[in-house]
Amino acid sequence: MGTTEAAQTPRTGPDRRRRTGPAVAAATLLPLAGCASDAPSALDPAGAGAQRVEGLWWLLFWISVVVFVEVLALLVWALIFRRGARTRVRHGQPLRFVTIAGAGLPLVILVAVYGVSLRDLAALGTDPGPDAPTVEVTGHKWWWEVRYEGVAGATANEIHIPVGERVRVRLRTADVLHSFWVPQLMPKTDLIAGETRETWLHADRPGEYRGQCAEYCGLQHAHMALMVVAVPRPEFDARLARLAAPAPAPSTDAERRGQQAFVQGTCAACHTVRGTGAQGRVGPDLSDVGSRWSLGAGAVPNDAGHLGGWIANPQTVKPGNQMPPQPVDAARLPDLIAYLRSLD
Amino acid sequence: MDTPAAGADPTDRERLAENWTERPSLRSWLTTVDHKRIGRRYLVTAGFFFALAGISALLMRTQLANPGSDLLSPQQYNQLFTMHGTAMIFLFATPMLFGFGNFLVPLMIGSRDMAFPRLNAFGYWVFLFAGLFMWASLPFGAAPNGGWFAYVPLTSVQDSPGLHLDVYTLGLLFLGISTTAGAINFIVTALKMRAPGMSLNRMPLFVWAIVATAFMVIFALPALNVDNAMLFLDRRFGAGFFDPAAGGNVLLWQHLFWIFGHPDVYIIVMPGLGIVSAVLPAFTRRGVVGYPLVVLAIVAIAIISFGVWAHHMFAVGLPQVSYGFFSAASSIITIPSGIQIFAWLATMLLGRLVLRTPLLFVIGFIVTFVLGGVTGAMFALTAFDQQVTDSYFVVAHFHYVLVGGALFPILAGIYYWLPKITGRMYAERLGRWAFWLVFIGMHVTFFPMHLYGLFGMPRRVYTYPAGLDWDGWNLVSTVGAYVLAVGLLLVLVGVVHAVRRGRPAPPDPWGGDTLEWSTDSPPPAYNFPVIPRVHSLHPTWDARTAESTGPGATADRILSAGRRTPLTSELDGRYERPVEMPEASGKPLVLALTLLVLFTALLFAWYPVAAAAVAVVAGTVAGWLWPGRRAEART
Repeated sequence: MGTTEAAQTPRTGPDRRRRTGPAVAAATLLPLAGCASDAPSALDPAGAGAQRVEGLWWLLFWISVVVFVEVLALLVWALIFRRGARTRVRHGQPLRFVTIAGAGLPLVILVAVYGVSLRDLAALGTDPGPDAPTVEVTGHKWWWEVRYEGVAGATANEIHIPVGERVRVRLRTADVLHSFWVPQLMPKTDLIAGETRETWLHADRPGEYRGQCAEYCGLQHAHMALMVVAVPRPEFDARLARLAAPAPAPSTDAERRGQQAFVQGTCAACHTVRGTGAQGRVGPDLSDVGSRWSLGAGAVPNDAGHLGGWIANPQTVKPGNQMPPQPVDAARLPDLIAYLRSLD
Repeated sequence: MDTPAAGADPTDRERLAENWTERPSLRSWLTTVDHKRIGRRYLVTAGFFFALAGISALLMRTQLANPGSDLLSPQQYNQLFTMHGTAMIFLFATPMLFGFGNFLVPLMIGSRDMAFPRLNAFGYWVFLFAGLFMWASLPFGAAPNGGWFAYVPLTSVQDSPGLHLDVYTLGLLFLGISTTAGAINFIVTALKMRAPGMSLNRMPLFVWAIVATAFMVIFALPALNVDNAMLFLDRRFGAGFFDPAAGGNVLLWQHLFWIFGHPDVYIIVMPGLGIVSAVLPAFTRRGVVGYPLVVLAIVAIAIISFGVWAHHMFAVGLPQVSYGFFSAASSIITIPSGIQIFAWLATMLLGRLVLRTPLLFVIGFIVTFVLGGVTGAMFALTAFDQQVTDSYFVVAHFHYVLVGGALFPILAGIYYWLPKITGRMYAERLGRWAFWLVFIGMHVTFFPMHLYGLFGMPRRVYTYPAGLDWDGWNLVSTVGAYVLAVGLLLVLVGVVHAVRRGRPAPPDPWGGDTLEWSTDSPPPAYNFPVIPRVHSLHPTWDARTAESTGPGATADRILSAGRRTPLTSELDGRYERPVEMPEASGKPLVLALTLLVLFTALLFAWYPVAAAAVAVVAGTVAGWLWPGRRAEART
């Protein structure tokens, strides 16, 4: 996709005009928009939090361009006009120039920008309000446990939020530090061992917004992604209702055999499937694993082939993760896959 | 011998040579206290560690050239990025700049050595052994793997078993001895050893930068040492300083680390800025504009840098008020850097540019450092910081600051002082090629990181998925890294070529303004046959200062009996008395070796060996400090 096309990426809503300047900048100055739709880009915000920061960025960007061009112009001037044997060295001490250009002007700009940024900081720090839905996110090495306040069931690496509403996110960690970052929705908040942090999410259009752990957390820090899925309110309510209910019952023979293998085998020691005998708490709750966007917190796509590979030996897919290779009977594997795929 | 200084008669020179020159032998190689030899060793050793850290970076960039690459395992990648950062910060940048300081400070201030030559030798040996101690862990797969800032609880013994983090804590504690000793030495040297007449307001800007850096080291390093000592105690003996379950606090590590860590950015950059101020006069044919302003800026940075550490912690959830304070302080600290940038620009706009390789690197420095500076001002703003910190945007930012602010000045310094250090001229064409490759390589590598950082790529990931618009730009960065590597290789080729084949350098090939250019290239062991009497800020350009070393120079500045150099007053540089300098000694090496044994024993938990090493350390220090008879005998 060319830059011009990308710059014309349709924008809807009231802030369309406000973004024209930055879009032109993106198209001309920086080839930023190569294929902007694919990246979880802070410059393609989809919610109130990230939009604040995007606005601040373009202000800072343009100031930086002016400052840089000014310095470059002075350098080029010196390189063109202050060389050669006939150039007379001048011995003045233009202290006023240095003070104004090096301290005075920067001070004015910095104070102004600082003032603007305080407004943004305050906006990011506002509480989403007592009625906002609350998601409880717990960081683990190397996945995200997700629960909704007042709902029994848990899920992993995927957070559903209602479009247009602010959702409180309560962050804790079960082990080391992690950082919760969904660039298109909200800047980072770290997960601090022994403490609780809060942030909020807001998406103004439906969609999937990729996030990733941003604080180095050990071996598989690279594979600790999550997906925020913004859906209309009714879908969100339906989603919570499903999380509160038992996992879907198996409907085919293969799925039934798979469930049996799951509950009676080693799987149940670590994983939960709601409404079955599997109540392990070490690994992610698998009650809706079939519908998730990925396996291993973004390590591989969620399809039958990768699922089989993961069960057989998760250590080749995501070396160092907590799940040991499973001694699953080759004949049982297709059943297990069928069962897990049916959980959505 | 053809020397610009002719005040000392041949007998004086002979006696000086006899008293100061060390016969080339293995013994003198191990026991030397000559600041020039030690300075050269610092430069070479730091260059070696730079090469290792650079190769680590190339391996990482090769791994990241494509999404989903499995050239390196996550274990290997995590050790490489930790060693890359740790070595570049602790084993390259500061020691390299200390190397320049060691070689140049006595020459620039007109002294015959550092204030404490043996401490200086000791500092070098400790640096060498600490560096080897840390790098030696890599072949065994036991290198530090917690990132260069080693956040707890990831670095606790539960989450990082094995020796990795013990190598880190002990290695940095060991190295800290060297850095602290070096800093004390610089402060005393610059305040007490200046040539008579060099009042504080005639001290070269480079020396100002080194002294300010040394003060920052003295105040910042204890925080890091305490942090590492606590982590070691936590890991080895379960002390629980950082364990929430035991009433400890994980953020304590971060606060202490960054109370050191932010001043450390300036500890790295400040001497670089000093090099720029030293190089410019020779290639603009005039002094740097606004000397008092630049000095003020240096001192202001040294002070303010202690009040901005929490901007490294804007995402941990601090109270809003502290965000406001640290954000303001972090914005303000860009002002003194702005003053220096515009002082240099004004110098270039008023002077006559002589476009040789050192000036090219200075221009490259200004371009790069300004870009790093504007993104730095962005990071001062909490809301923006929270979005891009720990992404590749911050990787881009700090490489612009550190490559721009330290590496480019170091390269400028290498070309500028190579004739003085080796006595040989480098090949200009080779230097220009190296500059353009380094400059282009640097920007091709690091500029795209701004982009994929904004596109959401976090730092410290050993791999990344395709299809997120990260792949193409990562490939560009990798190509840039190889270009940069070729450029740096050409620098090395240039240095080796100069040493082997370069034509002999005159005392002052550039028309520099500071005192090192008033003596031979390379300088004799005693630096100056006659210690000059300084009459201005640019002593080499000043006829009266030059005259002061000619006929009629008084004996109190020749001091050919024994190893002596004048001591002067701190502010005004008034002549106080000659001071006797120590001779070569094996004790620094013995003490450093014993410390190596001590830290190795602590690493492997051989506590009886450690206790024995402590006893030997105490004995050696006592022997070292025992009042000698030599001093009285000579006066």
